[in-house]
Amino acid sequence: MISLRSFRDPILVVLSLVAMWQVLHQLAGDSALTAPAPTLAHLWQMVWQPRFLPHLRETALAFGQALLIACVGGVAIGVLLGGHRLSGEVAEPLLVGLYSIPKITLYPVILLLFGLGMPAKVAFGALHGIIPVVLFTMNAVRNVNRTYLRAGRAMRLTPWQTGWFVLVPATLPEIFSGLRIGFSLTLLGTMLGELFASQRGLGFLLMTAIDLHDVKTILAIAIFISIFAVTLNSVMLAVDRRLRRRTAHDPGSRP
Amino acid sequence: MAEPAVSLVRSAPMDQPVHARLADVTRVYPARAGQPAVHALGPLSMELRSGEFFSVVGPSGCGKSTLLDVLAGLALPSEGAVEFEGKPVQGMVPDGVGVVFQEDASFPWLTVEDNVAFGLRRSGVAAGETRRRVDFAVDFMGLRDFRRAYPSQLSGGMRQRVCIARTLVLQPRLILLDEPFGALDQQTRLLMGDELLRLWRETSATVLLITHALDEANLLSDRIGVMSARPGRFIDIVETGWPHDRDSRLAERADFGAVTSRLWSLLRTESMRAMGQGARAK
Amino acid sequence: MSKVAWIRIAIVAGGIGLLEVACRSGLVPPTMVIAPSLMVSAMAGLLASGDLAPDIAQTFSSVGIAIVLSIVGGFTIGFGLHWFPPLRRAFDPFLAAYYAIPHFAFYPLLIVIFGLGSLPLIVLATLFAMVAMIVATLAGLDRIPRVLLKTAQVHRLSPFEEMWRIRLPAAGPHLFSGIKLAVAYSFIGVIAGEFILSTMGVGHEIAYAYDNFDNPRMYGLILFVLAVVTAFNMLVYAYERHLAKRRGA
Repeated sequence: MISLRSFRDPILVVLSLVAMWQVLHQLAGDSALTAPAPTLAHLWQMVWQPRFLPHLRETALAFGQALLIACVGGVAIGVLLGGHRLSGEVAEPLLVGLYSIPKITLYPVILLLFGLGMPAKVAFGALHGIIPVVLFTMNAVRNVNRTYLRAGRAMRLTPWQTGWFVLVPATLPEIFSGLRIGFSLTLLGTMLGELFASQRGLGFLLMTAIDLHDVKTILAIAIFISIFAVTLNSVMLAVDRRLRRRTAHDPGSRP
Repeated sequence: MAEPAVSLVRSAPMDQPVHARLADVTRVYPARAGQPAVHALGPLSMELRSGEFFSVVGPSGCGKSTLLDVLAGLALPSEGAVEFEGKPVQGMVPDGVGVVFQEDASFPWLTVEDNVAFGLRRSGVAAGETRRRVDFAVDFMGLRDFRRAYPSQLSGGMRQRVCIARTLVLQPRLILLDEPFGALDQQTRLLMGDELLRLWRETSATVLLITHALDEANLLSDRIGVMSARPGRFIDIVETGWPHDRDSRLAERADFGAVTSRLWSLLRTESMRAMGQGARAK
Repeated sequence: MSKVAWIRIAIVAGGIGLLEVACRSGLVPPTMVIAPSLMVSAMAGLLASGDLAPDIAQTFSSVGIAIVLSIVGGFTIGFGLHWFPPLRRAFDPFLAAYYAIPHFAFYPLLIVIFGLGSLPLIVLATLFAMVAMIVATLAGLDRIPRVLLKTAQVHRLSPFEEMWRIRLPAAGPHLFSGIKLAVAYSFIGVIAGEFILSTMGVGHEIAYAYDNFDNPRMYGLILFVLAVVTAFNMLVYAYERHLAKRRGA
């Protein structure tokens, strides 16, 4: 059900962003903002250079590990907190509070605890991503429609069957939303971690470019990461919407 | 407020002047992305007589709510004409028409008092008159002890009373109710039905009630329009001939059941057709 | 206070207590984490000495401006998008993907464009927080129960009256959660920006203290920032609950 037409509007937005970029470049000059075409050309070149790959791998490795911890750990903790009412109630404001603070202030603490290098990056990334996963999972589990569970008991399902055939499908849409947000935040956290704690990785490249005032590279890397993040987020968003459509009876409505 | 009429004689709605009229009205919801056009209503004609209590019954999805929307001016008919007090109704709700909806329409951010006063304050009625009318409506609907409560603190039935009171203060000459008691239990419904009759007699307004409960329609109405499955049209209009000062004890009469049976025999096939129509009409 | 709140306090206090013991006993070296009591005294010392005042003023004034701009701007844009559906459809994918973009990567560009000082930070934080408000505004305006809009029609309200007396109050809870997010993100945007690329402000001071191995100062600052942000967020949250209690939501 994805028509070509639904791509028209986002493409227009992308084109107008690029146009705005060009205009800003004309106003601000090359030392502030390089033009779209040369920047993208530079990005293309950069990606194919042999010394780029190890940096990309480093970031991917860090991100992958952080994501694993955030998702698996987040869902596990979320299920526990969601299942045990009191724990969930106690934990929720603490988690929300943790979500709202500038976690960058904890970055030096992470560096002190984990030292420089990969562990710090993974920890920082996981820290960012795990909180929304826990919150969404907890909420999903808490709000499972009791009637579904009673129907399951009436059909004499085993606990395992109830878990797999009732709880998982019922909570999946919301958990998936949490994972989607966790994905973006984990990426953010990993990249932030790489800015200072590393001699390798995209974050490190970015930092170097900043120190050298190499605007073209700064932009190129930022665009590269953004494209990756936005593309994956859009895919997950489409899945998210499809999952929700199956379950929701939408009472709210647009006039 | 007019004198409450006490009548032991069979009321004769057909002798009264026409208050509102639908002439060959249809309503078609246009096709949207992935969904075909829905012919929801009509062609349907009806005449509402001044001061009568008219109910509309029909199977699910037959267009009862659409009928109300068109009559109230909340929606435009695709074809046909709508008239209220001799003047055409064209997509705007005319002065003198009050509507009570199925869903809770009380404003959660206002107290009961402010909810009831809402319409009066918007139409520039003087503060003294507003207070008088609000006091009357609040008392009339039994909300006096809850004036300063918020709707969220009240039960569903109470909230509907707030909505009715809010309509009442505007002294409408035509009151339209779309399954107002749908969310309530049977006993509460019967009591609310009595209240509705009391309201009707006190205000001498014309009332059109949409309901799916056949005995409720039977109990409350002078005439009952029976609608077919979608696209809804009137199969028949049944006259009950009940006395004007009726209440729920009417159900004890021997001939009460006959009317309900008549309604069901008209509706039975239509209801089965509607069930086969499956997916939600909305 | 409820039992839940007491348990929470007990857990937090317990955690802090454990940390205190671990630090004092040498289990956790002071080069890593200093004892909580020392954090508090460091913070008190910093505040008392007053030499943090210009940084605090800088940071919190930036945050304040960002909060106001993001709420007002976010609401206005959200409102406008709701009013013009074609525009909204065009921007929907952009809005959905917005928080996937690593904003900090564009920080250095803002500095290059706007120069040093608080302007790039304010711009960055505002841009960061604004979209949360836009999304919340759209959600609130979308989810107005249709029956309330029909009621507006029945009362024959003008478009302005309908907006002012029905749409906005009905959207209230959503708008407020947008405000909560805008506040939190404004803090995050400014402080993260200061940390990464600034010469002034509390965020910068934390980074500076870390570079100079000055743990007491660093932890004092971190504690200060966390305390202020948490207190502020809690105030907003409490006010929201006060409003919600009336609506019974």
